[in-house]
Amino acid sequence: MTPHVLTRSLDRSATIFLVVVAALGVLIPLSNLLMPAGSALQVPTYLVALFGKYACYAILALSIDLIWGYCGILSLGHGAFFALGGYAMGMYLMRQIGSRGVYGNPILPDFMVFLNYPSLPWYWYGFDMFWFAAVMVLVVPGLLAFCFGWLAFRSRVTGVYLSIITQAMTYALLLAFFRNDFGFGGNNGLTDFKDILGFNVQADGTRAALFALSCLALILTFLICRAVVTSKLGKVLIAIRDAESRTRFLGYRVESYKLFVFTLSACMAGVAGALYVPQVGIINPSEFAPGNSIEAVIWVAVGGRGTLVGAALGAVVVNYAKTFFTSGPLAPYWLFMLGALFILVTLLLPKGIVGTFNAWRESRKATEAANAESAALEDGVGEPKPAE
Amino acid sequence: MSANFLDRFRAVLLAILFAACFAVPALAGPFEDAVAKFANDDFSDTDEAIGAVATSGNPLAFPIISALQDGRLSADPDTKKVFVTGADGKIIDAATGAAVDKLPDNAAAVRLNNRLRRAVEAALGGLTLLSPDPAKRIAAAQSVFKSHDENALPVIDGALAKETNKAVKAAFTEARAAILLYKSDATELEKLEAVAVIKARGDQEAMALLTGLGSDLPPNVARAVTTAIASIQSNLQMWSMVQNAWYGLSLGSVLLLAAIGLAITFGVMGVINMAHGEMVMIGAYTTFVVQEVIRTRYPGLFDYSLLIAVPLAFLVAGAIGVLIERGIIRFLYGRPLETLLATWGLSLVLQQAVRTMFGPTNREVGNPSWMSGAFELGQITITYNRLWILCFTLAVFVILLAMLRYTALGLEMRAVTQNRRMAASMGIATSRVDALTFGLGSGIAGIAGVALSQIDNVSPNLGQSYIIDSFMVVVFGGVGNLWGTLVGAFTLGIANKFLEPVAGAVLGKIAILVLIILFIQKRPRGLFALKGRAVEA
Amino acid sequence: MLTKLTHDIATLSRRRWLAATAGLVLGLAAFSNAKAQETIKVGVLHSLSGTMAISETTLKDTILFLIDEQNKKGGVMGKKLEAVVVDPASNWPLFAEKARELITKDKVSVVFGCWTSVSRKSVLPVFKELNSILFYPVQYEGEESERNVFYTGAAPNQQAIPAVDYLMKDEKVKRWVLAGTDYVYPRTTNKILEAYLKSKGVKQEDIMINYTPFGHSDWQTIVADIKKFGSAGKKTAVVSTINGDANVPFYKELGNQGIKATDIPVVAFSVGEEELAGIDTKPLLGHLAAWNYFQSIKSPENEKFIKAWQAYTKNPKRVTNDPMEAHVIGFDMWVKAVEKVKSTDPDKVIDALPGIEAKNLTGGTSKMLPNHHITKPVFIGEIKANGQFDVVWKTPGLVAGDAWSKELDGSKDLIGDWVGKKCGNYNTKTNKCGGQGS
Repeated sequence: MTPHVLTRSLDRSATIFLVVVAALGVLIPLSNLLMPAGSALQVPTYLVALFGKYACYAILALSIDLIWGYCGILSLGHGAFFALGGYAMGMYLMRQIGSRGVYGNPILPDFMVFLNYPSLPWYWYGFDMFWFAAVMVLVVPGLLAFCFGWLAFRSRVTGVYLSIITQAMTYALLLAFFRNDFGFGGNNGLTDFKDILGFNVQADGTRAALFALSCLALILTFLICRAVVTSKLGKVLIAIRDAESRTRFLGYRVESYKLFVFTLSACMAGVAGALYVPQVGIINPSEFAPGNSIEAVIWVAVGGRGTLVGAALGAVVVNYAKTFFTSGPLAPYWLFMLGALFILVTLLLPKGIVGTFNAWRESRKATEAANAESAALEDGVGEPKPAE
Repeated sequence: MSANFLDRFRAVLLAILFAACFAVPALAGPFEDAVAKFANDDFSDTDEAIGAVATSGNPLAFPIISALQDGRLSADPDTKKVFVTGADGKIIDAATGAAVDKLPDNAAAVRLNNRLRRAVEAALGGLTLLSPDPAKRIAAAQSVFKSHDENALPVIDGALAKETNKAVKAAFTEARAAILLYKSDATELEKLEAVAVIKARGDQEAMALLTGLGSDLPPNVARAVTTAIASIQSNLQMWSMVQNAWYGLSLGSVLLLAAIGLAITFGVMGVINMAHGEMVMIGAYTTFVVQEVIRTRYPGLFDYSLLIAVPLAFLVAGAIGVLIERGIIRFLYGRPLETLLATWGLSLVLQQAVRTMFGPTNREVGNPSWMSGAFELGQITITYNRLWILCFTLAVFVILLAMLRYTALGLEMRAVTQNRRMAASMGIATSRVDALTFGLGSGIAGIAGVALSQIDNVSPNLGQSYIIDSFMVVVFGGVGNLWGTLVGAFTLGIANKFLEPVAGAVLGKIAILVLIILFIQKRPRGLFALKGRAVEA
Repeated sequence: MLTKLTHDIATLSRRRWLAATAGLVLGLAAFSNAKAQETIKVGVLHSLSGTMAISETTLKDTILFLIDEQNKKGGVMGKKLEAVVVDPASNWPLFAEKARELITKDKVSVVFGCWTSVSRKSVLPVFKELNSILFYPVQYEGEESERNVFYTGAAPNQQAIPAVDYLMKDEKVKRWVLAGTDYVYPRTTNKILEAYLKSKGVKQEDIMINYTPFGHSDWQTIVADIKKFGSAGKKTAVVSTINGDANVPFYKELGNQGIKATDIPVVAFSVGEEELAGIDTKPLLGHLAAWNYFQSIKSPENEKFIKAWQAYTKNPKRVTNDPMEAHVIGFDMWVKAVEKVKSTDPDKVIDALPGIEAKNLTGGTSKMLPNHHITKPVFIGEIKANGQFDVVWKTPGLVAGDAWSKELDGSKDLIGDWVGKKCGNYNTKTNKCGGQGS
C-alpha cells in the first residue's frame, strides 16, 4: 500500500513541476517579446537571462541528485563536467566570432593571436560546426566521467574517498585551465561571443529562445531521471545506495550500474554547462573551483536529496537568494547566510525542503487514515485491518 | 667605542690615504665641499659625495657614511649644512664635527637609492676591514669580494698580514683574489693563483665573479677560468639535488603541519572537517593578536611572541573545536557526507566572521629575529624559518604520537575509534572523548597556524589554500595512521620539489594530483591502510 | 458564531491593510519617480566579498567619497548624484549579471568598476549591447580600445616600459627575470617587455620568464633559481607582475635567502600602499614599484585629497593608492563631460570625453585621448620602512597611454581612435577598421 501511495504522490508533484516549468518556458519568453517594454506584464530581458541561468543550475542539481540521492555517489567535482560542457559550447561560440575579433584574424581567437599561436591547436578543430560542438558537449564530460568512474568504481573507491578524489580531479582541471599554455584562454576564459547558429547571442529573441530551450532541457532531464529511478535499474541503484556489499553479493555488477549512472549524470551536467555559457556570456576556469561543486551539492541538500523536484527547487531557491542578497545592504553578510544555511539544513532538515514536506504529508495521511480507522472502529462499522 | 678601536681605525684610514693612487690631501676645503653635496638631494651628487668622503681620510668619514646607511644623516637644503645624528641621539655638524643642539626644522634625511646603497656598502667595506669584531671583518671582506675594488688591495694586504683568525683570513684571501682577478696589471701568476682560490670557494658568487670576467684574458688564465667554471658548475649541480631534497623536506613539513590535525579529526575520528583550514587560520590570527599586544605593551618580548602564541593558539582553536563538536558534529556521526556539508558551511561562516572582525586585507605578522635570515650549509642556503618549522613539525608529531600511546586520554581515544560500543561498555565516556579528540585535532591545526603565519599571508583565505592539500596528504598516507600522514606529507613534498624544476610549479602540482588519483585506484585506502573489520565500518 | 465574527474582522482588517499597502506602494513609486528626476545615478561595480574584496572594497569607498564631495559642491547640472552599489562577489559571470541589472533596472548613467581583466572582459559585451559607459581604474595589459570603456589605469607603456628603462639606465641591469602570476596581464606585459628588451640588445639567454599559479606560497625553488640566474656576473633585476596574495611569501623568501635590493632589485607593478599595509616592510627596503601615483608625492592636490579621504573614512592612517587616483581622474572627467554636453546621454558623453582634461593628484593635468586611455606621469618608487614609497625617478612629462602595444606583432599597426576614425582597432597599414587581419 505505502509504495503505491508514494509513487502516486511523487507522480503528482512531478506533474505539477513539469507543468510549471513548461508554462514558465512558454510564458516568460512570450511576455518578454510581445509585451511593450516597461509594461507591468513584461519580463525584462535581464530577468530572462537570470531565469535561464537558474534553469541550467537546476539541470546540474538534477544530475547530482541522480547519483547522490539515488546511488549514494557524492561527487564533489560535478562542476568539472558542467564547465567542460560549457567550454565545448564556448569553443563553438569563439569560432563563430570569425574575423570580428579585435585582431581581425579569421581563424584564431583573440587570445591566441596575442599569445602568438602560429595556427589553431588540433583540439580546436571541428568546433566551428555546431553539431560537432553539440556532440562534444556530451562526449567530453561523458568520457571523462567514464574513465574516472571506470578506474574508481572498479577498484571500489567509495564514500568519502571518492568525494575527495573527485575534488582532486576538478582542482587539477582548475589549475590546468588556468594555464595560458593550455590553449583555452587561461584566466580570462572564453568571452565576447557574437553569434549562435547565426543568431546574435545578445538579441532579446535569442535570449528568449535560449531560456525556452533551457526549460525544455530541464524537462527532458527530469523525465530521463524519472525514467531511470522508477525503472528496475533505479531499484538496483537505491539498493546500492543503501547496502552496496549486499547488492554485490546478490549478484549485481555494482560497478557497471554505478558507471552507467555516473556517466549519464556527467553528460547532463555537460548539457547544463553548454546552455549556461551563451546565456551568461563567459566561461572561465573559476567554474572548476571545488567550492562551486560543493555549493551545487548544497542546492540538492536544501531542496531534498533523493527527490528530483527538490533538487531543481533547491537550485532555484538558493540561487535566487544569492541574487537577492548580493544587491542590497546585506551584501557583506551573504556568506554568513549561505554558511548558516548549510549547517541548518544538514542539522534540522536532513531530508531537505521537499523531503520534509513529503514526510510531513505522509505522516498526516497516516494519522488521518488511522483516525478514520479508529473512528470507523468506534462506530463499529469497519473491520480492523491486519497490521502491515 | 674603545680607544683601541679608534687608534686602529685611524691607522686604516691612513693606510687608505697613502695607498690610494689619488691621495686626496686632507684639507678642509674639498671635504667640506663634498659633504655639502649631500644637501643637494640629487642622487649623482650624493654618489660623488660618498666617493669623496670615503677616500678623504677625514676621521668623520666613517660616522658620516654609516649614518647615511642607517638614515641618520640629514641635510638642510637651504643652508647646505649636513648633520649626523649619532646612534646615541647626539647631533654633530658633518663638515666640522662640532656638536649641534638640534636639527633645523627643514632638515630632511639624505635619500638613497639602490645604486647609492651599494656605493655605501662598498665604502663601509673599505672602512671596516680592520674592525675588532671578526664578524664585521668577514662582512667587510665579503663586500670587497663583491665590489673587487682595486683601491682596497693595499688595505687587504696589510690586514691579511696581521690577521690571526682563520675564517677571516680565508675571507681576506678570497677578497684579495677577486681584486687581483679584475686588476688589469696583475701578473699572470697572480691571476692563476686567484682563479685557484676562487675555484676552491666554489659557490654561486664565485661563479658570478668568474663568468663576469671579460674575454681579454691571457690564454692560460682563460683556460684556468673555463675549467674552474666547469668544476664549480658540476659541484653546484650536485648541490642542487641536495637543495631540492631540502626544499622537499621543508614543503613536506608544511604539508604535514597542515594535515596532522586533520589526521586526528578525519583520520582517527572519521569526521570530514572542511573547516579544518579555518582552524589553521584562527591559529594565525591568534599569533597576530599576540604580536599586537606585545607590540603595544611589551615590545621587549617580541622575540618570544611565537612561544607565547603556540599554547594560546592551541587553546583558542581547541576550544572552538570542542564547541563545534558539541554544537554540530555530534549530531552527525555516522553521516560523513552530511558532516562534510555542515563543516563547509561552518568554514564560510568562520571566514566571513574573521573578515568582519579583522578586515579583508592581510594582517602583518612579524618574524622574530631567530626566525629571520639563513645560513649556508655547503652550497645550499638554509633559511632559519624553514628549519624551525621542520623541527617544530617533528616535535609536534612526536608529542602527539607519545600522547596517543602513553596517556590515559590517548588510550581512550584509540579505544573509542576502534570499537565505540565496546569502549562504552568498558566505562569510557565516549562523548567526552569525542569532544576532546576533536578539540585536540583543532588545537593542533591552530598550532600549525602559528607556524604558517611565518611564511604565508595572514588573511581570511589562509585556510582555504591548505585544505585540499591536507586532505590529499591524509588520504594518500592512509586514513587512521599518523605514520602514513608523515610519510605521505614528505613524499608529496619531495616529489613536488623534484618535479617543479622540470615541469614548472603549476604542471608539477597537476601531475601530483593526477598521481594521487591514480594511486588511490591502486590502493583505495592509502599507503598505510588499516586492516581488518574496522575497514568496512 | 464567535469564530465567524473574528473571521470577519480579520478579513476586513486584511482588506484595509491591503489598501493601505497599495497606497503606500503607489506613494513610494511616485516618490521614487520624483526622486529619479532629480538625481543622476552612478553605478559602482566592485566586489565586496570573495577573493577580490581585498582590493576592490577601497575603490567602492573612493567613488562614494567622490560622489559625496561632488554633491557638497551642488552635484552635476544642478542635480544630486546617487550611488547604486552592487556586490559581484568576485564571481565573473555575476559581474555581467550585475552590470545588466545596473544599466537596465537601475538606469545608471555611468558605471565605475571592475579590477581584474576577466571581470572587465565579462562585462564588456553588456556595456556594448546596452550602450552605457564604464570607467576602468586599474593598470592592465592593453590590447583593447572599446567605445563604451574609458581606461584610467596605466597601459603597459605607462608602467612597465619606463620601469625597465630606469633599471637599464640607472642600475645598469643586464639580466632580467620576468616573474608573474599566470594570467593575461603578466603574460601580455612580459611579452611586451621581452620584445622591448630584445630591441635594446638583450639576448635571449639573459631573460628568464617564470609563471606561477594564483596564491602561490612555496617560493623556495623559484627564489633559488633567481639567485642562480643572478650569479652570472651581470647585474640582474626581477620584474614582478606577481599578483596580490602571492607577494608576501615571495618577498619573505627573498629576504630570508638573503637577496637584498642592492643585489637583485625587484620592481613590481601590482604592489602598492594598500598591499604593503599588511606586510612587515623591513626586508623589502629598496625594492621598487612603478606607478602613476604614490601617496608620498608632495603636491597641494594630493595633500588635500589625502586629508579629505582620511576625514571621510574616519581613519587617520587610511592609505591611498594608484587605482584610487585613477577613479579620481575618471570621475572628474565624467563630470566635466556631462556638464559640457548638458546631458547624461551615453552617446553624447562618449563623444565629449576625448579631449577633456582633469588635474591628477601629482601636480599635472591628464587628458582623455581618442583611444579612451589617458596621459599619465610615471614614477618609480623605492619601498621605505614605513610602508610608503620614496620616488627615485619620474618621467619628464606625461606619457600617453597606448591601447595597442608597438612591441607586439599582432598589434603594432593598430590604433584606437574614437574621434576621427570611430574605430577601436584601426589598421594604419591597410587603412581599414577591423584589426591586423583586415
